[in-house]
Amino acid sequence: MSTETDPGPGITGGTARDDIESNRRARRILFGCASITVLTTLAIFFVLFDNAASYFFGARFTEMLMGASVEQTVTFTEFFTGTRWAPSHATPSHGALPIIFGTLAITVGAAFVSIPIGTATAIYLSEYASPAVRSKLKPTLEILAGIPTIVYGYFAIAFINPVILGPIAGALFGINLGRYSLLSGMLVVGIMTIPMVSSISEDAMSAVPDDLRNGAYALGATKYNVSTRIVLPASISGVFASYILAVSRAIGETMAVTLAAGFNANITANPFDEVMTMTAYMVSRARGTSAVGTVDYQSLFAVGLLLFLMTLAMNLLNDWFKRRFQEEYR
Amino acid sequence: MSTEQNNEPIIKTGVQNVAIGARDRPDETVLEATNLDVYYGDERAIDDVSIEIPETKVTAMIGPSGCGKSTFLRSINRMNDQIDAARIDGDLYFQGKNVYDEDVDPVALRRKIGMVFQKPNPFPKSIHDNVAYGLRVQGKDDDVNLDEAVERALRAAALWDEVKDKLDSSGLDLSGGQQQRLCIARAIAPDPEVLLMDEPASALDPIATSKIEDLIADLAEEYTVVIVTHNMQQAARISDKTAVFLTGGELVEFDDTTTIFENPDDNRVEDYITGKFG
Amino acid sequence: MSTDTDDAPFAESEETPFTDIDLGWEHRKNRIFLGIIFAASMFGVVMLALLLLDVVTDFYRGQTEFGISLIDFFTRDGSRRQELAGFRGAIVASVMLMIFTAILAFFVGVGSAIYLEEYAPDNRVTRLIEANLANLAGVPSIVYGLLALAAFVNGIGLGPILLAGAIALALLVMPIIIVSTQEALRAVPDSMRNGSYATGATKWQTIRGVVLPAAMPGIMTGTILALARAIGETAPLIMVGALFTNRIAWGPFDRFSAMPTQIYNWAAEPEPHFIHLAATGIAVLLAFLFAMNGIAIYLRNKYERDL
Repeated sequence: MSTETDPGPGITGGTARDDIESNRRARRILFGCASITVLTTLAIFFVLFDNAASYFFGARFTEMLMGASVEQTVTFTEFFTGTRWAPSHATPSHGALPIIFGTLAITVGAAFVSIPIGTATAIYLSEYASPAVRSKLKPTLEILAGIPTIVYGYFAIAFINPVILGPIAGALFGINLGRYSLLSGMLVVGIMTIPMVSSISEDAMSAVPDDLRNGAYALGATKYNVSTRIVLPASISGVFASYILAVSRAIGETMAVTLAAGFNANITANPFDEVMTMTAYMVSRARGTSAVGTVDYQSLFAVGLLLFLMTLAMNLLNDWFKRRFQEEYR
Repeated sequence: MSTEQNNEPIIKTGVQNVAIGARDRPDETVLEATNLDVYYGDERAIDDVSIEIPETKVTAMIGPSGCGKSTFLRSINRMNDQIDAARIDGDLYFQGKNVYDEDVDPVALRRKIGMVFQKPNPFPKSIHDNVAYGLRVQGKDDDVNLDEAVERALRAAALWDEVKDKLDSSGLDLSGGQQQRLCIARAIAPDPEVLLMDEPASALDPIATSKIEDLIADLAEEYTVVIVTHNMQQAARISDKTAVFLTGGELVEFDDTTTIFENPDDNRVEDYITGKFG
Repeated sequence: MSTDTDDAPFAESEETPFTDIDLGWEHRKNRIFLGIIFAASMFGVVMLALLLLDVVTDFYRGQTEFGISLIDFFTRDGSRRQELAGFRGAIVASVMLMIFTAILAFFVGVGSAIYLEEYAPDNRVTRLIEANLANLAGVPSIVYGLLALAAFVNGIGLGPILLAGAIALALLVMPIIIVSTQEALRAVPDSMRNGSYATGATKWQTIRGVVLPAAMPGIMTGTILALARAIGETAPLIMVGALFTNRIAWGPFDRFSAMPTQIYNWAAEPEPHFIHLAATGIAVLLAFLFAMNGIAIYLRNKYERDL
């Protein structure tokens, strides 16, 4: 700014004052932007609790404040222990266990795929791979991570289930596999979460100082010893953080499990059975003729709230592991 | 270093005070380099070094920083193999066997030759597991009583009394000097034949340093110690033999420590010792 | 340098100092381990190859065996009748969704990042915002759909229109844009800021005149990658009600179905013709994604060269 045209000699005078004022205004607007993210979280909490209340108590909190009568329509005991999930059936039943089972079964099954394979990939990338191999493998895994979940769902329903699992089920167990199966859901969610485990674990392993590796090599350790007994234990909280993230992602996964595992809410030990996850239930109701005020509509939010709280717990756990890892290495 | 001391022995050496034990035995060469060159990429870090290092003595390597003394140390147990760009020419014999022969496995070599690093690098494990690590990876944990072996190593490293009540606590919770002695205990627990030390006291305070120096004198009763140091007084205090490296990775002189410090052959060594160079 | 045994200064014998060390089992263990982790690393690559191969094969069979004409595919809208079904409406809707998502998310996202990186004091409010951001990034996408459904579609009565879908997607990708913008801002060296302050510029003048231009390629890269994530998102749109496959959305207040929801509708149908329509749609969706990623990589490389 020009001081020559500015008659007032003080350092707070003239155009500077306007500039300082516009800086203040910018700061306020930008703070407003940042608050939107907090508002989003609050809105999610509010919307889920408010609408879930109408499922359990017959009225939303906002309606209760207006004086709507409160009567418990669905008990928490029934919701969490009942084994038949048919909230809008002619003889309704509100046991969410089958869809909670579907979500947890697929999450656990997927973890059995993504955790060993992702960890092994991370060790290979961090400790063994030559720079040339690394520079090709890492972008390839990034592509895997960037493919939309609907495409994974397609992969499950058009390939994994009919081409891979169908013949196996038929030949080994004499089962005529349907369009959907629990195992197909486990596999496809496992595959899509491999890159999360491998890339975050690899970051943690690469952060282990070389001093430790050299100390072990100088004792006559082999690369296997160094990888499994030094690098892996030293990076374990970062590696756990990646597991939690993959599990959290599997719980909230929607399109792939819907197209892979199907819409039959049942608790089963047979991996070739069709099951329904919480998210698949939500998709199935949204496809239907849900309208405000129906049990279908309200149940969406009850299930959505449970889903949100499960992933929130996972995110907080992940945060805790991440912070622990950062503390260990400066 | 003051030059006024020129008529006296430049630095007092401590060797003559140790007259008994291993040092009376005739020198037996345990490590020998002949015409050794080490390159990092195009850069030559070690230039045509030939040296014979005697058994159960303390051999010090001194010289200005960047002179290649640490590189030489790392080439003895083939830690340079970890660096992709490093390349070796020439021969390096351990007990008569060229360690760069095709049939020599660096893993086996490092089980015979232990190493202590400049910066203490305890593993993020308990004190006990740090010391036991070498025994475990070398498969010696079945042959010996692990607890006894850990205690023996910690005693030898003069750390036992300080940690005997907290063997299960993390090695990272110790002070810097204690961490370095833990690393020494870790290196000697599997009972190697040679112990390489890369400026083991440079990151420590004077009290911790003097503890490490005392320890090295004790270790020399049993092990061949090769120590790199930039501290000339330290070399004079603790070593029997001294090798002087100068810039460019050249070994200028190698002799008894007393000779090097009191009556060196090479003018450049005398200049370096008296502080006129480097 | 000769390693001829005659040069050896010691008597040569079969006995080397290492004969007492048997590493045979150790080396077998190492080889087995490397074999296992290499195979595991290749598992992801093989699955990616299978997935792409499956899509390409089904796409090809759709052209040859099921007579799906690409011209019809690009010029017709969704239909219950398989032989009449096309992708035009879905493509138009997805492009519009992206435009509105970008408008809604970009300014707020970049603004938030500027506040957090440049203005925010190190206090509890700031830490709360940062922690909340990390948590938002882990919220399942379907929950954003529920939020839009309750708050916008029904709450303020927008109905299942394209704008409601764009709001859901904008909220979903906002954390991604904020984090990548923060990284881009952090990469601008402080010497640039100091140079500006030294001329008497205010913080806002410095940000507008120096910091933002320097960080813009990084911000654009992050935004494009975030939009690439948004264009493939299905679940939030389904919750909002993006099910109107047989008409074309001409504006943000029309009902709609986007590319991924259209693909879902086809893939969920049992007839093989629909499966192949889905494969054709996926090929188009992936083409969009690869193009967007290509642009992002191009920007990033150009940016890195400039630095």
